[in-house]
Amino acid sequence: MKKKLLGLMLAATMAVGMLAGCGGSGSADTAADTSSDAAATEAPAAEAEAEAEAPAADAGAASGDLIKIGFAQVGHESDWRTASTKSCQDVFSEANGYDLQFVDCDNDSAAQLEAVRTFIESGVDYIIIDPIVATGWDTVLTECSDAGIPVIVIDRTIDDSDNYTAWVGSDFKNEGLAAGEWLKAYVDAKGISEVNVLVISGSTGASAQIGRSEGFDEAVAKYGWNKLDEQTGDFTEDGGQEVMESYCKSYAGKFNVVVCQNDNEAFGAMTAMDNAGISYGPGNDVILISFDACTAGLKEVQAGKITADFECNPLAAPFVEEAIQTLQSGGSVDKAIYMEEHWYALPDAIVDFSIDGAAQSMTEVTDAVIEAQY
Amino acid sequence: MKKEKTFLQKVREWPLLLPVVALFLVMAVNIIYDAANGNNPFTFFMITLQNTTGNGTILYGRIIDILNRGSEAAILAIGMTLVVSSSAGTDISVGSVMALAASVCCVMLAGFGETSVTELRMPLIFGVIGGILIACVCGMFNGFLVAYLKIQPMVATLILFSAARAIGFLVNNNMIVYVRNDTFGKIGGFTGIIPTPIIIALVCVVLTALILKKTALGTYIQSVGINPKASRIAGLSSVAIIFMTYVICGFFAGVAGIVKASRITSADPNNVGLYMEMDAILAVALGGNSLGGGKFNLTGSIIGAYTIQAITTTLYALGVSTDQAPVFKAIIVIMIVAIQAPPVQAYFRKRRAAKLALQQEVA
Repeated sequence: MKKKLLGLMLAATMAVGMLAGCGGSGSADTAADTSSDAAATEAPAAEAEAEAEAPAADAGAASGDLIKIGFAQVGHESDWRTASTKSCQDVFSEANGYDLQFVDCDNDSAAQLEAVRTFIESGVDYIIIDPIVATGWDTVLTECSDAGIPVIVIDRTIDDSDNYTAWVGSDFKNEGLAAGEWLKAYVDAKGISEVNVLVISGSTGASAQIGRSEGFDEAVAKYGWNKLDEQTGDFTEDGGQEVMESYCKSYAGKFNVVVCQNDNEAFGAMTAMDNAGISYGPGNDVILISFDACTAGLKEVQAGKITADFECNPLAAPFVEEAIQTLQSGGSVDKAIYMEEHWYALPDAIVDFSIDGAAQSMTEVTDAVIEAQY
Repeated sequence: MKKEKTFLQKVREWPLLLPVVALFLVMAVNIIYDAANGNNPFTFFMITLQNTTGNGTILYGRIIDILNRGSEAAILAIGMTLVVSSSAGTDISVGSVMALAASVCCVMLAGFGETSVTELRMPLIFGVIGGILIACVCGMFNGFLVAYLKIQPMVATLILFSAARAIGFLVNNNMIVYVRNDTFGKIGGFTGIIPTPIIIALVCVVLTALILKKTALGTYIQSVGINPKASRIAGLSSVAIIFMTYVICGFFAGVAGIVKASRITSADPNNVGLYMEMDAILAVALGGNSLGGGKFNLTGSIIGAYTIQAITTTLYALGVSTDQAPVFKAIIVIMIVAIQAPPVQAYFRKRRAAKLALQQEVA
């Protein structure tokens, strides 16, 4: 009797764990057993995104003329990621002629491979992957091409195979370069001769961190600036806060530029500088540069805290759709498709600059711009 | 013939020797580094008053940073010490439970579906109580599995280790919820000139110490840890006591989660309390406590928690990438585990005995 109860309890807790803990992988398993349209409704439901236009249950009937797409998303670790997911769900809706199977892989690369295999089995027309890790893709991508399914990689990159149709994403190095060139133009305009930079970088090894560091460091070397230190804040507010807290003590009065590789780190750095009595933002002692330009970040630009914010566009879906439409009509697409990105500031900090001769225009942050941002 | 213990013997038998030495070693690195750079060797230890933008005057210095940032680990270490002592196992869910408590607290304060608010929807205390309550429920769940169903602690707490963070996401509607409110920010901010987390950690430690000292609870927990069967025969309900330690552990995870959320005035289930369970367990081990349960030393665990933070803060001060922090933590863990290992202990005992025998021979 007691044993029976125990077994029941275990089964119940495990079921709860499966449901709540591994929504992504759990739904991938379901998809393997049941029909594909079940997976399409299952995945968003498990992620409590039921309101996000869940496809009708009878999608199977209409799926004949719908383009079937499988999307293996990284997870849901930030606002940026959420915006990316929502963009895909909006663009690849049934109303637009698509049948989207969405799998949230919860940052588990094994679950992601599993999800892609499930897509192949269920015979989708296109597969979209935001790869959690950059390597280990060769086998599964070969399986995709054997099955004749074009793969479109978005956001992060795949390093060990080029067996995919196209990659759509941000040029992180260009973002870093933009920040560097803007800073040069800005300090020239303000007559600041000495530039002492502190960098709070993102998670070490992430492609955004590598690209942004590389681009910005190029400018540092080119203009002979003094980069005092670079520490990782792991793309989090807490990390940014702790690193800046330490910087304020190690380099008290010695720095005038702080570069944070995403907005969350910048929020943390702001708190730390407040607590050290350091003034920052346009017209103040420290120039604060940030990346991502999410809504919350742009609000801080408007409030005169962040001097300039360099966008990392999460809305890949429209570009992916364009590529898919081209492929549908028998055309070919570029292997690497870079998304358009904007550089934001208040009018005081808007200066003309160029990257490798290409003139850049900056966007002034207004209420309307913030409203329209993801 | 009973000899008076020499000073050296007393020191050697002092239970806090190992934790204090570890903390001292970490601090010593800073003295050497500052001296080598021609600075005042005690730069690291200086505490000054600093004028801030918006927070008035505050205490300022690396030591304050360690005490401030180490608060969450110290609070977690209290609960973890009791859990380890009573059940000879660890609660690996505390980090995830922190994230869940932070999410529940912030969502209650902001309202479901909101992502960024500046006004609290209900008095702060409700959010705090809500967050702590859900953490206590998690503790009860863990306690039930371990105490009543006799599931191995690591397996039992593995469930919430993976699930609690995900539930936090459900509560948060998959978003980071920002509660940019000064009252809420006070918990992780400053009270007068002192960082509030330091005060909260102090209150938690003092309260726990008082309860353990003034009631027999401390003794009960230890006796259950040493021998649950014998304790039951002696009239203690081992099951109830183990259950209680997990609830206490959940409670402190809730407190730590809310402090962490308040620091960044937002709930970020992905990152709140990430890997904190490892820090809490490490703190207990650093404190000279056996992970095999039984006797415990709360002071040791607290010192252990601040030692871990001291390592991180030191790495920042030295300008070493904090990506390398786990390496240093690992080195320290290896040393401590090795010293506690039976063969090493046996070796030391043998050497001591040989020395003693030699002394007696000479005499």
